[in-house]
Amino acid sequence: MPVARLRLHAVTKRFGATHALRGVSLTLAPGEVHAIIGENGAGKSTLMKILSGAHQPDYGQMFLNEVPFAPRNPIEGRRAGVVMIYQELNLVPHLTVADNILLGSEPSRFGFLDKKQQHTIARQALAELGHENIPLDAPVSSCSIAGQQMIEIARALVHHPQVLIMDEPTSSLTQADVEKLFIAIDRLKAKGVGILYISHFLEECQRIASHYTVLRDGESVATGKMSEVTLPEILHAMVGRELNEIYPRIPHALGETILEISNLTGITKPVDVSFRLRKGEIMGIAGLIGAGRTETLRAIFGLDRCSGVIEVKNHHRGRTPRARLKQGIGFLSENRKEEGLMLQQTIADNLTLSRLAPFSSFGLLRAGQQHARASEMISRFSIKARDSRQEVGALSGGNQQKVAFARLLHHSADIFLLDEPTRGIDVGSKAEIYSLMGELAAAGKSILFSSSYIPELLGVCDTIAVICRGRLGPAKPVSDWTEHSIIAAAVGQEDRCLS
Amino acid sequence: MKSDTSFISSLSRAFHRLGPFIILLFVISFFAFTMESDVRNGFFSIHNGKLMLTQTVIVAIGALGMTMIIISGGIDLSVGSVIALTSVTGAYLVREGHSLAVGFFIPILLGGIIGLLNGSIIALFKMTPFIVTLGMLGVARGLAKWRADNQTVNLPQEQLGPVGTLMSDPDPDGLFLSPGIVIAIELAILTAILLRRTVFGKHIFAIGSNEATARLCGIRTVATIIWIYALAGLFFGLAGVMQFSRLRQGDPSAAIGIELDIIAAVVIGGASLNGGVGSIFGSMIGALTMAVLRSGSTQSDWPNYMQEIIIGIVIILAVGLDKWRQGRHAA
Repeated sequence: MPVARLRLHAVTKRFGATHALRGVSLTLAPGEVHAIIGENGAGKSTLMKILSGAHQPDYGQMFLNEVPFAPRNPIEGRRAGVVMIYQELNLVPHLTVADNILLGSEPSRFGFLDKKQQHTIARQALAELGHENIPLDAPVSSCSIAGQQMIEIARALVHHPQVLIMDEPTSSLTQADVEKLFIAIDRLKAKGVGILYISHFLEECQRIASHYTVLRDGESVATGKMSEVTLPEILHAMVGRELNEIYPRIPHALGETILEISNLTGITKPVDVSFRLRKGEIMGIAGLIGAGRTETLRAIFGLDRCSGVIEVKNHHRGRTPRARLKQGIGFLSENRKEEGLMLQQTIADNLTLSRLAPFSSFGLLRAGQQHARASEMISRFSIKARDSRQEVGALSGGNQQKVAFARLLHHSADIFLLDEPTRGIDVGSKAEIYSLMGELAAAGKSILFSSSYIPELLGVCDTIAVICRGRLGPAKPVSDWTEHSIIAAAVGQEDRCLS
Repeated sequence: MKSDTSFISSLSRAFHRLGPFIILLFVISFFAFTMESDVRNGFFSIHNGKLMLTQTVIVAIGALGMTMIIISGGIDLSVGSVIALTSVTGAYLVREGHSLAVGFFIPILLGGIIGLLNGSIIALFKMTPFIVTLGMLGVARGLAKWRADNQTVNLPQEQLGPVGTLMSDPDPDGLFLSPGIVIAIELAILTAILLRRTVFGKHIFAIGSNEATARLCGIRTVATIIWIYALAGLFFGLAGVMQFSRLRQGDPSAAIGIELDIIAAVVIGGASLNGGVGSIFGSMIGALTMAVLRSGSTQSDWPNYMQEIIIGIVIILAVGLDKWRQGRHAA
C-alpha cells in the first residue's frame, strides 16, 4: 500500500459546549480527489481550519506522508505543503497576475525584484494548469472570475503543495469554466497532489472525486469510493432523512403580465433585452457568468444606468431602487456579503431596513415591534440564530441568505428579482428556498430567477430564457428545454445568439 | 438553555459597551497611584472634577457630530478650523452690537452650512471625506483669520452676558454644573436617541455598514450623507460658541488639532473608522478620558512632551484593547 498523502485519525474539536468535530478519520492517497460533503454547519469549515493550521484539534492526530502533522498556524501548514484555496479568492486586485502568483515569495536579487524569474515561475505555474495564455502583466481585476481562480491555484502550485484543499471552487464558475478547472485538477492529480474537494454541487463531486466523506453534525457518517454510491444515498447521509423532493413543485397559475421590459440596454450589457413576466410566474434566466444576467436584473431594479422601457403594472413612477421598491419590486443580490447584507448589524436591522415604516412614527422607531417582526421571520424561515439581535455576519451562508430573502418578504414585494439565490449555501437551505419560491408563485407573486446552475432552473421555473453576450433569447416553457439545449444557447451555439 | 446563552450574550454585550469605561477607570486609578498625596487630593476634588467636565465640553460636543460621521463611514478633519471660524464669528457679531441670540445661533448655523457643503461635495461628487474635509480645514481656518484680521477678536467683558457664563462654574465647590456641561449632556442623550431609536439613525448605521445594501434597500444615500455632515456641522458650530465662551474672545488660531482629540475620543469609545460601529456613550467616555489624561498629567507636573507621548500611547492601547476584545468576542 502506498504512503498516504494525508491521514486523519479521530480528529475532535469542541467550541464550548458544541462538538464541531467528533472523531473524524480520513485517508487521502497521492493523486486522489476526495470530496468532503456536508451541509453548512456540518463541520467542513472546522475540518479545513484544523488542516490549514488556523485551529488545533482537541484530540486526534494528523499525518502528512505518514509524518505527524500538527501545524500551529496557517503559515506552518502552508510550509508543510497543505495549501487552502478559499471560496472567496484572496487576490490583490490592483497588482498584476505575476505579482499575485508570487505574492510573499517574490524572487529577488539584492532586494530588487527579479522580474524575469518572477515571470518564468508564474508562467510555469499557469502552464501546469493549462492556462499559459493568461497575460502576466494584466492587473488581476481585469481577469474573469475563472481566470482569477486559476491564478489562485497557480499561486498554490508555486509552493509545491502535497495537499490542496479547495473550498467551493466552482460556486462562481460557469459550466465551461468548471470543465477547465477539472482539466487543471486532473493535471494536479497526475502530479501526485492529494486534493480535498469541498462542494455543494454533488454532481460535480461525483464527476471529479474518486472518494467521498459525508460529514453531518461533526461526524463522518459515510465514506468510501464515489463509484460505489448513488446521489440519493449521499443526500440521505447528508440530511439524515430522505430528500425526495429537492425541487418541490407547488402548483400555481399564471396570470396577466405584471412586468414588461422592452429594448432594455445598459452601458455594455444587457443588449436590447425584451420580455414579459406574468403574475405567478417563475421565469429563469440562464447564462454564463458575465453574460449579462446580473446586469439585466440590476438595470431593472435601477441600480445601473440603462435605456429602454420598463413597465410595471402599477401606478408608482420612477427608476431608482427606492422607486422600484415602492413599485413592489425586490432585488436579491448575488453578492450577499458585499452588497446584500450589513454583516455587522443585527438580523432585525437587516431584515427590516427597506421598510421601517410599520415600526416608526414621526421618525422614532419602536424597537420592540421591529424585533418582534424579525423574530416572526426568523421562525418562519427557520433561520438558525440566537435571537433577532445577533449580528448577521455570525450566521452561516445559508442563514444569511434567508435573512436577505426574508427582507423582500417583509417588504411584501410582488416581483422578486433573485440573482443566484442559492449560491454557496447548503442543500437543506437550497431546498427551503426552492419551496419558498413555489409558495410565492402560488400566492400570485412573480419571480425572475437568475442562475448559472442549470438543474435548479429546470427544477423550479415555469419558463426559461437564456442570455448570451448580453442578448436574451426567447422565453420558452421549461418543458421545451434540456440541460444541453440551455448550455448550447448559453455558449452561443444557437443561430439567434450569433446574429 | 436558550435563556442561558442569551444571558451570556447580553452580558458580553454589556462588557463590550463598558469597554471604554474600563480605560477611563484605568487612567484614573493610574493617577491615583502615581500622584503625591496633596496633588491627589486636589485632583480628586469636586472642584477639579467639574473643571475636567468643563474642559471636556468642547471635545464632547465635537465628538457627538464626529460619532455620527464616523458611524456613517466618513471622517471630518475640518472640526478645529470650524470651531475657530465660528468662535471668531460669534465674537465679531457680539462686538458689532448684534444681540446675544444672534451671536449664539448664527455661528451654530454657520457650522451647519460648512457641514452641508462638506456633505454635498462628498455625496454628490463621490469624493473621499478625508480629502474634502482636509481642504475645508484650510478654507475655514483661512476664513477665520480673514474675518479676525489675523488677530483675536476682543470685546468688552460686560458685552458677553450669558454667553460668557456658558463655560464658567456657577458654584465652584457645590454640585451645580455649568450650562455648557448641561447642554452637552442633554445633546448627548438626544443624539444617542437619534442614532439608536430613529429611522434616520438606522440609515446612518446602514450607510456606514454597507452603502451598497443601503442603496439596495431604497435609502436615499446621497441625501442622508449630506444631512449627517450638516447636522454634525451644527454641533461643531456649537462647540465653537463654547470655545468663544471659554476664551471670552474670538481666537482664529484656537482649537488647532482638536479634530484629532475628537477622533481619538470617538475611537477610544469603540467606534470603527470603517463605519457601522460606534456609540455616543462610548464617545463621551472617550472625551472624558482625554480630559482626565490632560488634567492629570498637567497636575502631575509632567512636562508637555511627556503628556503628548502618554496620550498617544493611551490612544493606541485603548484601540488595541478594543480590537483584542472584539477578536475574543468573535472566537
